[in-house]
Amino acid sequence: MTDQIPGRRESTAVPTTGPAGVPAIACTALVYSFGSTRAVDGIDLEVEAGSIYGLLGPNGAGKTTAIRAITTLLPVPPGMVGVFGNDVAKRRMEVRRLLGYVPQQLSADSGLTGRENVAMFARLFDVPRRQRGERVTAALDAVGLREAADRLAKTYSGGMVRRLELAQALVSSPRLLILDEPTIGLDPIARDSVWERIEEVRGATGMTVFVTTHYMDEADQYCDRISLMHRGTIRATGSPQELKASLPKGSGTLEDVFRHYTGDTLEEPTSGEFRNVRATRSTAARLR
Amino acid sequence: MSVPRAAQPPAFAEDGVAAPGRGLVDQPPTAPRTGWRVLPSRVVALCVVELQKIRHDRTEIYTRAVQPVLWLAIFGETFNRIRAIPTGSVPYLDYLAPGIIAQSAMFIAIFYGIMIIWERDAGVLTKLLVTPTPRTALIAGKAFASGTKALLQAIVVLVFAAVLGVGMTADPLRLLGVAALVVFGSAFFSCLSMSIAGIVLTRDRLMGIGQAITMPLFFSSNALYPTSVMPGWLQPISKFNPLSYEVDGLRGLLIGTSSRLALDFGVLVVAAVASICVAAALLPRLAK
Ligand SMILES: Nc1ncnc2c1ncn2[C@@H]1O[C@H](COP(=O)(O)OP(=O)(O)OP(=O)(O)O)[C@@H](O)[C@H]1O
Ligand SMILES: [Mg+2]
Repeated sequence: MTDQIPGRRESTAVPTTGPAGVPAIACTALVYSFGSTRAVDGIDLEVEAGSIYGLLGPNGAGKTTAIRAITTLLPVPPGMVGVFGNDVAKRRMEVRRLLGYVPQQLSADSGLTGRENVAMFARLFDVPRRQRGERVTAALDAVGLREAADRLAKTYSGGMVRRLELAQALVSSPRLLILDEPTIGLDPIARDSVWERIEEVRGATGMTVFVTTHYMDEADQYCDRISLMHRGTIRATGSPQELKASLPKGSGTLEDVFRHYTGDTLEEPTSGEFRNVRATRSTAARLR
Repeated sequence: MSVPRAAQPPAFAEDGVAAPGRGLVDQPPTAPRTGWRVLPSRVVALCVVELQKIRHDRTEIYTRAVQPVLWLAIFGETFNRIRAIPTGSVPYLDYLAPGIIAQSAMFIAIFYGIMIIWERDAGVLTKLLVTPTPRTALIAGKAFASGTKALLQAIVVLVFAAVLGVGMTADPLRLLGVAALVVFGSAFFSCLSMSIAGIVLTRDRLMGIGQAITMPLFFSSNALYPTSVMPGWLQPISKFNPLSYEVDGLRGLLIGTSSRLALDFGVLVVAAVASICVAAALLPRLAK
């Protein structure tokens, strides 16, 4: 990793097209502990550029922690996580410029309109003023919020807030879109509409999408590749078809795959700790 | 399999939907700001957000004006009549007005940390931290956003003081100085608040500490009475209170009492910068 002189890296700050074959995300033996809780316990991941990659696991599996390590939010030592070849420990700002991130909770600013919410992120990602209006509108269009753009976000439904957040993440033209449980707490129709937007944008732009979920059916339907995560480790990786074919009887649902590799079911949360429950609840509570 | 979808005609063309997101992600923002230029751009971005929020909901500006109006209309008028506080040739109401402007701005700023705790719980802060914004730039942006809000508050109080007949300057240069003092003072107090937020991490504790320190800060300053009439033990404490310098500067600029303007500005700018650094250093605790 060549270190550059600060202030003189305009030309290299956004390596949008890395050398062919550079993975969008590469994690090697990623570990992270909160005190004595080892939330992520040595995971290896390689996310191919241009794919939709699903990280599946029950509550408390460590999905959010892994995402927070990839998005530069948690301090990890060098050599553990790379984003398009940029080490997150060393090239924080460069990595952030490549990322669009939608956290697990609904996080649009309810006191602003949809358009203002998106424009804020355009400013924070240095979208030049000339292009700002156009790009904000394009992002809102891409998620189907053109009509509602000038209403306050507090009047939005849960599904609309999720799509607004998608627009916020898209306005900076990220190469890698990271979505933490994008459909949690949404009704089936809103879930489908969020996924349709993700697929459309990926189809139109070829960006890489890294998504966590605990809905097996979604992962099956929309992801090119899946890793099953359980108690901080990855138990199996492959395309949905490969994983299902790897079952002893040769077929089944992803649900069966999960049970096979973890000896556990998804319905029984392995970690019903208060903070998990609270996070889910507060997500649900904001969906009015 | 690398990025084939980008080149293909969009898969959703069948439904007759125009390609959403096209053009959005093709070119990332051209000239990312680097080095020192990030700071002013982030400050502007966050001040714009603050102004937009106030535009959508002005109630706070008015409800928060109730207290300072009472201070001026009741306390000020009463003590104006009984002449209990030695303020030389200046009528007490005139003497008090700059003190109340500074106090009302401080009251807004000292609870600003609540916002950052709310943003943390809602996931907004995480999202801001994944933008290419260094921690100091983020805190500086928040500090000056709080200054913007306090400035609007100060204008409301200023207008009311003028209505009560306080003789104040109309010199635009001096008024600009007034605005600068209010902004830097609020930047300091909001960073104090965000630093406390970074230590206590919960809204309730921050509320408690905020309540506990506002009155001591107010009474140990020269907002209500000259330092010379304070009890001996309080006078040195008053010298360490940035509010005293803010009030001294405001009084000099607004009503023309003798004041040490260079010292006042110097102290406030240094205090603001130092507190921005402290709050930025404590920010990772909120991000964990
Ligand atoms: N800030 C934190 N402090 C302490 N422990 C934490 C913290 N964040 C996560 N943990 C713990 O780390 C483990 C993994 O949590 P994480 O949030 O990564 O799981 P997850 O897979 O995202 O689950 P969910 O589906 O509930 O979002 C859990 O046991 C959790 O309690
Ligand atoms: Mg999670």
